[in-house]
Amino acid sequence: MAEKIVYKKPDSLTDKIFSYCWGCGHSTVHKIIAELIDELGMREKTIAVAPVGCAVFAYDFWNFDTTEAAHGRAPVVATAIKRVHPGHLVFSYQGDGDLASIGMAEIIHTANRGENLTIIFINNTNYGMTGGQMAPTTLIGQKTTTSPAGRNIKQNGYPIKMSEMLAQFESVKYVERVKVTNAASVIKAKKAIKKGFLNQLNGTGFSFIEVLSACPANWRMEPLAAKAHIDGVISKYYPVGLIKDIK
Amino acid sequence: MTTGKQLIKGNTAIVEAALDAGCRFYAGYPITPQNEIPETMSWRMPEEGGTFIQAESELISINMVFGASAAGARAMTTSSSPGISLMQEGISYMAGCELPAVLVNVMRGGPGLGNIAPSQSDYFQAVKPGHGDFHIITLAPHNISEMYDYTFDAFDLADKYRIPVMILADGLLGQLMENVELDRSRKPALLNAPKPWALTGASGRKGQRIVSLLMQPGALEKHNMDLNEKYNLIKKNETRHELAGMEKNPEYLIAAFGTCARISKGTMNIAADAGIKTGLFRPITLWPFPYEALKEAAKKVKKVFVFEMNLGQMVEDVRLAVGDDSKIEFYGRPGGGVPTAEELFEFIRGKVK
Ligand SMILES: Cc1ncc(C[n+]2csc(CCOP(=O)(O)OP(=O)(O)O)c2C)c(N)n1
Ligand code: SF4
Repeated sequence: MAEKIVYKKPDSLTDKIFSYCWGCGHSTVHKIIAELIDELGMREKTIAVAPVGCAVFAYDFWNFDTTEAAHGRAPVVATAIKRVHPGHLVFSYQGDGDLASIGMAEIIHTANRGENLTIIFINNTNYGMTGGQMAPTTLIGQKTTTSPAGRNIKQNGYPIKMSEMLAQFESVKYVERVKVTNAASVIKAKKAIKKGFLNQLNGTGFSFIEVLSACPANWRMEPLAAKAHIDGVISKYYPVGLIKDIK
Repeated sequence: MTTGKQLIKGNTAIVEAALDAGCRFYAGYPITPQNEIPETMSWRMPEEGGTFIQAESELISINMVFGASAAGARAMTTSSSPGISLMQEGISYMAGCELPAVLVNVMRGGPGLGNIAPSQSDYFQAVKPGHGDFHIITLAPHNISEMYDYTFDAFDLADKYRIPVMILADGLLGQLMENVELDRSRKPALLNAPKPWALTGASGRKGQRIVSLLMQPGALEKHNMDLNEKYNLIKKNETRHELAGMEKNPEYLIAAFGTCARISKGTMNIAADAGIKTGLFRPITLWPFPYEALKEAAKKVKKVFVFEMNLGQMVEDVRLAVGDDSKIEFYGRPGGGVPTAEELFEFIRGKVK
């Protein structure tokens, strides 16, 4: 009897083993992106832009064309790539320090120009790569290496809700916040990213998917506790679900 | 714009040269004295079927150029001094990633917001840009036909060596209108040369990457050494200068680039009338700087007069080339001051009597 393949490593992943920490959300999101690109048959027509952050090494794991971008500049690098190759699938993949802090101008103007791009925003409420410093998304009271007493509203203001903010722009077509804490939420996250990719391929326009993602290493938590922290605490301030969808 | 004699502004010449060279992506942000470039590009680029984007900052311009170049397009951005400061990060990334592009700095007075008068205040920045161990090629035109020619050449140079190339002009060259003969029949030699490194989608191959991050032990050191080999090749093949007036065996040499070299040509005539013979050494590539040629020319004269529209930047390279500080006399006007030919002549006369 012929074997039936029910699961295999996507062609859009290289053989390199993920080097992210145990329980890190980056691994999960990298994999679902690779699966989707296979499913959409786009491996040979995809160009990704990696961030500066832990996911700077995304190009080690993805088997499609990928460029680095300076810290925060990924959306405008992606803009130019898409303008040069309008028929390709172009996306940027960025952390919350990259996108919501140093790259704030880049993401806002890219959204406002309504570039036909997909942006995948990994919100782990801190700067993972540099050792867990405070980000604009760090929760009130959250202890980080630069807010050892906890984030303080008086000094640091409130955590920025990028999805809600970008949804205000007329030219933004689709915004959804998802999480990757268990099988069910991963399936939802994958659906949202797929929609973001399809929107681009259909010419619908700018799509933004925020993923609440665990950083167990810097949260000083076991992987399972980190996921429970997203379900129990983080998603209270950053509610998951559809925020905007314009056809 | 057509071939043949015509009245054209420096900034417009840059636009037409870029389009003739096959540039099909431009991003830029308004800043005086280069605004005619984005303004003209905004309608000329679409006419040629390319992309014009008014970027929301110079950080965005340079990173768009990074993306367009990574995707295989001939790309350009232009600005003036404060905007070029904002681009330093992107220039460094492009050097690290070996991405070709053409950058134009129509210099104004500085530091800070400075003023909008012509200046050569960014020589240091142009020849020693960004962070990290790298170079870019810098070309310094001194009239409007060179604004066209050097910009045109810059695209082939950039592709040939996978390197950013800067045109270092100033507010005077940008704004000046001259009746010039343009040769627009030239075809860019490398326009259709393959770019196997570019990101075009991994069709029939594995995914490839454009990166400057090299974390494996020794990998970055090797990359720096490879870059250096390329820089040595550029020094050998592309170093350019103009040497004028040497046939009359002058006693004195003027060293100047760009607008100051142009003014110095007037000074040479005034000096000749007064019985003082001078030659002119004009570096065309500021990096690579023509050290050897200047060293040879300086051997034949008593003094080297260095004229700049700053307080002494290129003079450091002149000193390195000449190797005898007692021969060097510097005169500079900072902050948007433009010397006259007579003023430079008076300085020479004061030193040689
Ligand atoms: C201009 C610049 N400033 C600072 C840094 C240092 N840096 C590297 S990664 C990073 C933060 C990354 O955090 P985030 O975007 O949240 O991604 P994560 O690592 O958490 O996935 C910083 C500040 C840099 N590389 N470049
Ligand atoms: S530091 Fe955090 S974001 Fe970075 S790999 Fe580890 S868990 Fe993931």
